[in-house]
Amino acid sequence: MSALLSLTDLSVALNARTVVNNVSLSIAQGEIAALLGPNGAGKTSLIRAALGLIAPSAGAVRLGADAPSKLSSRERALRAAYLPQRPQSIWPISVEHLVALGRYAYGAAPDRLSGADQAAVDAAIKACALEPLRARRMDEISGGEKGRAHLARALAQHAPLLMLDEPTAGLDPAQALAIADIVRSHAAHGAVVFSTHDVALAARTAGRVLLLREGRVIAEGAPEIALTSETLEAAYGRRARIDRVGDTFAATFL
Amino acid sequence: MSKATRLSLVLLVISALALFAALYLGPVALANPFASDEETRTIVWQIRLPRALTAWLVGAALGLAGAALQGLLRNPLADSGVLGLSGFAALGAVIAFAFGFAAFAPAAALFFALLAAALVTALGWSNRGPASLVLIGVGLSSAAGGLIALALNLAPNPGALADLVNWTLGSVEGRSLNDVALVGAFLIVGAALILFAARGLQALTLGEEAAAAIGANLSRTRALVVLGAAACTGGATAVAGVIGFVGIAAPHLVRAMAGHDPARLLLPSAFAGGAMLVCADIAVRLLPTDTELKLGVAAALIGGPIFALIAARLASRSAEA
Repeated sequence: MSALLSLTDLSVALNARTVVNNVSLSIAQGEIAALLGPNGAGKTSLIRAALGLIAPSAGAVRLGADAPSKLSSRERALRAAYLPQRPQSIWPISVEHLVALGRYAYGAAPDRLSGADQAAVDAAIKACALEPLRARRMDEISGGEKGRAHLARALAQHAPLLMLDEPTAGLDPAQALAIADIVRSHAAHGAVVFSTHDVALAARTAGRVLLLREGRVIAEGAPEIALTSETLEAAYGRRARIDRVGDTFAATFL
Repeated sequence: MSKATRLSLVLLVISALALFAALYLGPVALANPFASDEETRTIVWQIRLPRALTAWLVGAALGLAGAALQGLLRNPLADSGVLGLSGFAALGAVIAFAFGFAAFAPAAALFFALLAAALVTALGWSNRGPASLVLIGVGLSSAAGGLIALALNLAPNPGALADLVNWTLGSVEGRSLNDVALVGAFLIVGAALILFAARGLQALTLGEEAAAAIGANLSRTRALVVLGAAACTGGATAVAGVIGFVGIAAPHLVRAMAGHDPARLLLPSAFAGGAMLVCADIAVRLLPTDTELKLGVAAALIGGPIFALIAARLASRSAEA
């Protein structure tokens, strides 16, 4: 099974500063990987480089079998969907219209959708529990609802790989768990990479975590192996106590 | 029928009514503009029809360019003026007038609008946000203003001065069917370029990176819009001089009715711009002033407050955020 995404010794420099340093990662069908690490650890830059939105300074990115720079933006969009950290809706279009923009790579116009496009939009709206809001304007809904609308837009793209940059930031615990459920159901037929500051949510949702600090990988692997009080302290610079009760995981920074 | 299509049709009907009204109304009110006497025929076919059609096409070109630039820059205050295209088009015309090549003024206006478009594209190309692109435009507009003043100073004969004023204030007085053909041709070219970029503008609603991530080709969108807006602005400025604010006011008036989608906003903005400018020109002709008020002045009197209103709203929104 070929990887949906592979990074080989990837480094990224922004304004001559190295923000991702020699990271390797391979994501196959069915996997969920979480990127953890303090602010400025390079999580966002890693995601953007993986999508071909910024160029690596060293190393290689493969989206499927090809380097993103060799693909057209449409081909990239068919392989990977992206939820930015601060998704924007510059004009106050309706929720349904926003979700329909996810069908762009299929040649769809948001107000004239084919049957297949409409079905994808409807399924994404349903998966994100947005049915009652579909006709509402993006400037009339709450922050959590906006986040779900943008996630639905990414789901409607029907790309095998989903790259989510802090999809649960600013959400209440129930909404964050709802996002985790959406991530799990996408991984049933694709793969997900997401970044987060919620260590417990990453541990519960992801099969693999990548703990970053200053662009370097501090620890990598299954959450119960990679996330220890030592690795968390190495990453965040504060001691942490880890509690496991059943299948739940909690990291309390001291 | 979609909301935007219905809106376009309504605006076309309003445009047709305004054009008919422009044939009836004027210093001499005509009971029947289709009468076959020599005087009526001259007034209608030589004067009023070309003038009204020019006004409509200039308004449509500026409204379309404004809507497209707003979508591209994701800023409801953007238009040909903000990006410096109008200023450069006027500079081209002024240089042609000041140095005795009046016949080449339209060509010079077009050439300089394209030059400004190319400059904006080159300077704002690599990963700059819409704010910096607007600032680059402000810089270009100021440069154009300075160079226009310089050309004024260097103008060899005082006769040129009156021409310069006429040109920079903007008017469709005394325009012929040749002018109609000129601005019409450039509007068609500009509209074709812009309509090819329409889907890219839709994608840009998500911001630059997310638009690229859903599959939009942003460099193509940017090039098409800048070239299309240059063609529209160059053609409009070539026949009518500088007429500001239509590119801001027209999209503003139709945005909510078109559902806020930047692609569905394009045609309604063009038709609204055309109708607005025909009505403004009728008002200019009917106002009992000693010398006829310039259309550019009337447009600024209507559009200026709208600009200030949108700017104030944007400022209060960013203060809340």
